[in-house]
Amino acid sequence: MTNNISAILYLISSICFIMALRGLSSPDTSRQGNLYGISGMVIAIGTTLALPSVLSYEVIIAGILIGGAIGAFIAYKIEMTALPQLVAGFHSLVGLAACFVAVAAFYRPEAYGIGNFLAVNPISMIEMALGLAIGGITFTGSIIAFGKLQGLITGEPLVFKGQHPLNALLGLVLIALIVLLVQEQTVAAFWMILALSFLIGVLIIVPIGGADMPVVISMLNSYSGWAACGIGFTLGNSLLIVTGALVGSSGAILSYIMCKGMNRSFFSVILGGFGGEIEGTADRTQGDKTTKSGSAEDAAFIMENASSVIIVPGYGMAVAQAQHALREMCDILQSRGVNVRYAIHPVAGRMPGHMNVLLAEANVPYEQVMELEEINRDFSQTDVAFVIGANDVTNPAAKTDPASAIYGMPILDVENAQTVLFVKRSMASGYAGVDNELFFRDNTMMLFADAKKMCEEIVQAL
Amino acid sequence: MNSEQLLERARQLVAEAGHLASESVRLAAEASETANTATASQVTGVEPFIFGLTVLVLACFVGYYVVWRVTPALHSPLMSVTNAISSVIIVGALIAAGPAEMNFSQIIGFFAVVLASVNIFGGFIVTQRMLSMFKKKR
Repeated sequence: MTNNISAILYLISSICFIMALRGLSSPDTSRQGNLYGISGMVIAIGTTLALPSVLSYEVIIAGILIGGAIGAFIAYKIEMTALPQLVAGFHSLVGLAACFVAVAAFYRPEAYGIGNFLAVNPISMIEMALGLAIGGITFTGSIIAFGKLQGLITGEPLVFKGQHPLNALLGLVLIALIVLLVQEQTVAAFWMILALSFLIGVLIIVPIGGADMPVVISMLNSYSGWAACGIGFTLGNSLLIVTGALVGSSGAILSYIMCKGMNRSFFSVILGGFGGEIEGTADRTQGDKTTKSGSAEDAAFIMENASSVIIVPGYGMAVAQAQHALREMCDILQSRGVNVRYAIHPVAGRMPGHMNVLLAEANVPYEQVMELEEINRDFSQTDVAFVIGANDVTNPAAKTDPASAIYGMPILDVENAQTVLFVKRSMASGYAGVDNELFFRDNTMMLFADAKKMCEEIVQAL
Repeated sequence: MNSEQLLERARQLVAEAGHLASESVRLAAEASETANTATASQVTGVEPFIFGLTVLVLACFVGYYVVWRVTPALHSPLMSVTNAISSVIIVGALIAAGPAEMNFSQIIGFFAVVLASVNIFGGFIVTQRMLSMFKKKR
């Protein structure tokens, strides 16, 4: 196969990937989009296997089968609540694969036509070093994110004195090492870049935690794209550059959307340390204010007699695995003529769009699931807002209290509903560590219980 | 004397004109040469890096407009599918694992193929699983 033909096949593959993302503009076209993505990948792999320099088919096919079996096994087994960890884990693999390709290119540059061992042409060396560094940062960063999401290490932000100057210093050292590598072309400099980028990956993710995890995942998604891009430059392969840029910009846009959903600047998220340190404030105000708590029967009675109910699910619902019981409850309400809809905050869940997937898994029709902008005005004409496992995203302090940590964050205006029902296990504050004054209002009823148990009890009472 | 002076002046002018003419020919030749080299560099002499940069910037624009049109409900599948397609890095891994003889690079390439394959299969399958939940009900 000539180079021209393979270049054209790579182009077709890039177009397939663009179509894969394009398909996601609506649920109806999305499955077709995924098929485009798979075809693009098949074309890319097939074209590469047909290159004259690729000969060891046994080894390669063994590799694909081993990896494919592991990947397929994980993908079929995974619970949808564990999706964020899964994605973080997969990002780390892309990062490590990028590092491996850079190592292979460093030791055998001839295979990629960029020079000879320790005599690589300078521009290719810069590109290779960037691919290596970004890949390394993605690898360890994603492993830390995976550990935090899986609960293997504490989800609290880890902040220490001199953290930012240290990171800045390490960043400068990394740049210096890249310059050294390009000029001197030594093996030591190459491996030092890898080691240092592993260290930086750990250090930039440890200070970020709690509610900022969706941003972290999106950001690592973006990094994995740029790593592919760096390798694409090294190999002079436009397919890798295009795909890397698509993934990179997708992750960047998702990070932006998540930051906007919390009214936080991207830099303040990166610098980290948000949430966690003010956890203790919850008990302080409880003494002098009273809440009204109710039972499942009360909740059932209120919702039965309502004409419209909006459900506001949060991560707490996912943790309690309450989505199926919740859907059952809503089905009964609907069969009695109650208009039931769901309101999803942009940062609900632990990754972008997580809540939508969990509801879809519980067979909630996606037509009933609304985004914040679509539904926020309807709360004032709604009888009952049923908040389950969410807290900060409903807190009116975001609009009224400039001193609050979440001030300026767009919230779901559940306060405007006639009655607000809060399903919560305790009075503890949310991830942002901020008290919610809604708990103490007259039209609020607290339902203290595990989310799943509460839904089941309401179903029984109905 | 007038006629003699005039004749002398005319001769001078002729010489100057000839000089100018030859000068302009030389300049034209030089200009065309410059033009030739300029065209040549446009066809073949662009650094591969600049070519790659062009592709990168255009792809970023495409990515920007396509991703903004993704409905927020499908942001999770978007992440898993971008994760799957970023494993196209397997192209580099296959080239590394390609040579018939065993060496360090080939072994590293083999591991990269395994890692990327985990991602490709895992990413596309989990995306498919998610998307199949977003079917219209009833």
